Amino acid sequence: MKSRLRFILQLSFTLLVCLFMIVPVAMSVIAGLTENYFVGLQSGLTLRWVNEVWQLYADTIWLSIKLALACLMVTIVLGVPAAYGLLRSRRRWANALEELLLLPVAVPGLATALALLLAYGSYREFRGSWLFILIGHVLFTLPFMVRAVLSVMQTAKLSQLEEAAASLGAGFRQRFFGVVIPNCMSGILAGALMVVTLSIGEFNITWMLHTPLTKTLPVGLADSYASMRLEVGSAYTLIFLVMVVPLLVAIQWAGKLTQQRR
Amino acid sequence: MTAASKQPSGAASYLSRRSAIGGPSRRKSFIALFALLPALVIFCAFWLLPFSRLIMMGNQADPSSGISAYLTILTHRQYLISLVTTVGISLVVSITAVAIAGIAGFFLARQRFFGKPVLVAILTFPLAFPGVVVGFLVIMLGGRQGALAQTSLWLFGERWMFAYSLAGLFIGYLYFSIPRVITTVMAACDNLDRSLEEAARSLGASTWQVTKDVIVPGIAPALLSTGAICFATSMGAFGTAFTLGTRLSILPLNIYGEFTNYANFAMAAALSVVLGMITWMALSLARRLAGGNLGASA
Repeated sequence: MKSRLRFILQLSFTLLVCLFMIVPVAMSVIAGLTENYFVGLQSGLTLRWVNEVWQLYADTIWLSIKLALACLMVTIVLGVPAAYGLLRSRRRWANALEELLLLPVAVPGLATALALLLAYGSYREFRGSWLFILIGHVLFTLPFMVRAVLSVMQTAKLSQLEEAAASLGAGFRQRFFGVVIPNCMSGILAGALMVVTLSIGEFNITWMLHTPLTKTLPVGLADSYASMRLEVGSAYTLIFLVMVVPLLVAIQWAGKLTQQRR
Repeated sequence: MTAASKQPSGAASYLSRRSAIGGPSRRKSFIALFALLPALVIFCAFWLLPFSRLIMMGNQADPSSGISAYLTILTHRQYLISLVTTVGISLVVSITAVAIAGIAGFFLARQRFFGKPVLVAILTFPLAFPGVVVGFLVIMLGGRQGALAQTSLWLFGERWMFAYSLAGLFIGYLYFSIPRVITTVMAACDNLDRSLEEAARSLGASTWQVTKDVIVPGIAPALLSTGAICFATSMGAFGTAFTLGTRLSILPLNIYGEFTNYANFAMAAALSVVLGMITWMALSLARRLAGGNLGASA
């Protein structure tokens, strides 16, 4: 009886926390789809605001997708070899290097962006291009790729597999592309999902680095929150959610996948 | 020379040799360095050098006080207050989040009931919301047309708001901290040795005693580590504060203000370095306690 009461109390508490998390999201979704939020739902549902956001901000959405994909490519090209390098380095060195690569995550994005701006902001052409933002995103997401790949490499018995390949006469290149990469595919996938999600949502670095011509989705969001009516901001948030929630589901699915492998 | 002749014969001998000598051969470390080089070059060129310059810039004289910007932070009330406010609100948020999400996370890890996956999903998916979106959600709750304002207007005939104050900031930081704590606590509870609890119970311990003496100490490292991550994230949360209003005196907004409104680069640099040091220390502590968790900033 007593344990039943405890269960109900804990359940109600958890439900309250859930309400706290979900109510504002639900309100925002509804606001993005109602004709006039000030009047309420009786003013009718509409896709007008979503449409308006698309007219105003479509380029920010495309830029964000472009940035996320570019960021993904760069982090794979830099991160997978780096994870392999860490795996093959002496423990002490590997720890120190990983700690270094983590610094852009440990330090607030604002500080990273400020450092980049003060160092490279005077190169006009570079400053104005989307590559400047890409640099910030790569610095911020690279550790997540390295960590995801490294943790799979550590559990995948890579040394034995590589050695078997080597004893059959495989050169380094053959071993790396034929043994190492295929065996850490699940890590690359988990890292990739993480990198894309983080890049699409990145604001702190991007806000400092953006120019009027290089606005990303979160920058556009901040812009609409500050200067547009509530319905437009909500509709824009809705578009963002539609982009990000599938990625999150995929991350959880990939997490389960790597856990099963272990 | 084939690659095979470089390798010892069996996996067992390879492992034992590795542990006996304590490191890979010279050729191996060359390969390791070669593999790490591209990432390190990018990191040094675009983070290490710029950030070192930022540290130096912070030592330049602040235009208003005429002394090093680092010293100005320590000697001027305005900066000290904002430093203390930021640390204070981040600490309170972390403790509250750990308490709330600790209870909910433990409950979800231990009980099985219909609809639980839905609750877990609701509690974890806001992990990926950027700070700006969290700020907007706070406005949905406590802004001019927010849930609270509508309810209080209907009940008492006046609009209650909290979004554009420190309370709004607190709610926002809590919002992005809770999912982080929940995921960590659930994982920690899964790893907890249940036989300890059963042993305690069979020795006559009450549920409260088991919780206090077995479960909480068992997941304490995870709680501390996730708390430290929440603290660091809250310290650097620029997006949420930016959405809620730029008049609040907290470090990220100060940095932004010094840089864009006053072009006071020395002060912006000094504040960034101080902020970065604090979050870096908090996250190092978190990693030492738990290991593996990177802690994305919001």
